[in-house]
Amino acid sequence: MKTVVLMGNPNVGKSGIFSRLTGTRVITSNYAGTTVDVSRGKMHLPDGPAGVIDAPGTYSLTPTNPAEEVAARILGEADIVVNVVDATNLERNLYLTLETLERGVPAVVALNLWDEAGHQGIAIDVAGLEALLGVPVVPTVGLSGEGIRELVGRLGEARPSATIRPMSEEERWATVGRITGEVQTIAHRHHTLADRLAEASIRPISGLFIALAVIAAAFLAVRWIGEGLIAYVFEPLFDLYTPIVMRASDLLGPGILHEILIGRLFEGEIDYVQSMGLLTTGLFVPFAMILPYIVAFYLVLSILEDTGYLPRLATLADTFFHRLGMHGYGIIPVFLGFGCNVPGALATRVLETKKQRFIAATLMSLAIPCMAQIAMVFGVLGPFGLRYVVMVFATLAVVYVAAGLILNRVVPGECPEIFLEIPPYRAPDLRATATKTWMRVRGFIGEAIPYLFLGILLVNLLYSVGFLDLLAAVFAPVMEAWLGLPAGAAVALLVGFLRKDLAVGMLVPLGMSPEQLVIAVTMLTIYFPCVATFVVLLRELGARGMLAAAGVMVTAALLVGGALRMILIGF
Amino acid sequence: MEKTLLELEPGTQGTIARFIGNPGFVRKLRTIGIREGKTLTVVTRHPLGGPVVIEVDGREVTLGRGMAGRVVVDVAE
Repeated sequence: MKTVVLMGNPNVGKSGIFSRLTGTRVITSNYAGTTVDVSRGKMHLPDGPAGVIDAPGTYSLTPTNPAEEVAARILGEADIVVNVVDATNLERNLYLTLETLERGVPAVVALNLWDEAGHQGIAIDVAGLEALLGVPVVPTVGLSGEGIRELVGRLGEARPSATIRPMSEEERWATVGRITGEVQTIAHRHHTLADRLAEASIRPISGLFIALAVIAAAFLAVRWIGEGLIAYVFEPLFDLYTPIVMRASDLLGPGILHEILIGRLFEGEIDYVQSMGLLTTGLFVPFAMILPYIVAFYLVLSILEDTGYLPRLATLADTFFHRLGMHGYGIIPVFLGFGCNVPGALATRVLETKKQRFIAATLMSLAIPCMAQIAMVFGVLGPFGLRYVVMVFATLAVVYVAAGLILNRVVPGECPEIFLEIPPYRAPDLRATATKTWMRVRGFIGEAIPYLFLGILLVNLLYSVGFLDLLAAVFAPVMEAWLGLPAGAAVALLVGFLRKDLAVGMLVPLGMSPEQLVIAVTMLTIYFPCVATFVVLLRELGARGMLAAAGVMVTAALLVGGALRMILIGF
Repeated sequence: MEKTLLELEPGTQGTIARFIGNPGFVRKLRTIGIREGKTLTVVTRHPLGGPVVIEVDGREVTLGRGMAGRVVVDVAE
């Protein structure tokens, strides 16, 4: 089977062309030995089916980061290259085109965003470009599908360039200039009102207000979509499921198996939140409580990405994040982390170096409470007054910044500066956005749900054999002496490693003062992520990285807990 | 007169003269469209050590201050 590879700069609408060529049956996975995601699909050529690979966007074949390295390697797998070129920015895109053609691989050039080029007063002599490059050139509009049929039709004409020969870097720049000069004419164009509005979103003050509004809208949308999915999709599904588990419960009868699979019944009924069985709570929590919000978060993120807003947000956020050793894209793990720390941990891949990813992952596990933790904070402290809730969040914010400032100093490694292109605003391509969201959700289901499930199994087992009580007895003196908490809180904190939401249920009956609860809840958030996040972090950071991160978490939790005790309770 | 990009006030226009740095750094800038001889406009410079945003050929690019300090621009007096 032949392999067709899509190559192009970032932000040229490559994934739109990809989804037009391949339809919906697409797989996204890590490129072997890297953390770079690559999408693969299939299409039909006149001589049979062919595999299609969407290489990561790159500006050249001399890579400057892991994603570009993968792009260069994927080129080696190609029988045919479709070089997607941004028609509104021909000159810059041609460098990669020349580098690709110099390799002597059969190629076709897709002159994408053709409609936008027209609007901007840019005219390109397609036949002239075809003659100069020595390969077919087809104008396309990925968004509407215009030109895709012709592009597919001309894949059969793909051939090594007859005109482009290997050249030095300086010659290549000169050739880019010469070709652009010959085929492109630009009508002079004044700045429009839309341009001015677009610029407002990147200036410091106006941009900050727009960013706050966008973030607020994003969270509202997440909540609305998440709650909608729960009420209209997932809970009705579980209503259909209930009679089946009840039947299973009857068949099993009381005993250890019932305890593990179904859990406790409340007045003869299953309580999906509290029963704690693998087939009850073990399915309900990941699918009906977490997954709906993950879908919502990923959808909103994909829209922010595809409209072109994300690079602007990263530019604004950079002022803050680069002091903590990351750069502007550090805001993405934070945003996703508020939903669930698992996608947050996966999103640390947007940062380039090990040091940056370590800092981003550690800070997120420390100080970004996930949906379950936020619910816990409000549930436990809300009844005592909003100021206690604010205390927890303020402490977490201070921890994020303080730990970031310190880690940036002590962690060895490089922190590359922000360097990104700001694409023009575009209407998102609904097909591409939907595909991307689905890919990410599927990735989450594969990577996180098994561990959420295992976590519940593990806590059930440890709890029933009394292991947690043993551990609690060991740690109780620390709790009492250092944190001013009752011994019983130790069990809750240990259970919290596996199930934060369950830990809450154990804190409430201890009859602690609101100040003690602030300490316990803050500790619970800081000291360790849940087991699912732990496993993902272990994979992303490696065993040594995870050990270091865990050290930071435990130290930070003890220091913060001790400090809070002194401030809130005294000695 | 030659100045580094970092020294330019928002709104200033100039011609990119040269880059201070290794070949890898130079290639990174050139391939994103920041090339010698191009006209550049400073769109904004974020305060408190934030990044600089410039426009070249109608495209905006964000770059950190360290990088901006290594781009030499020729500006009219």
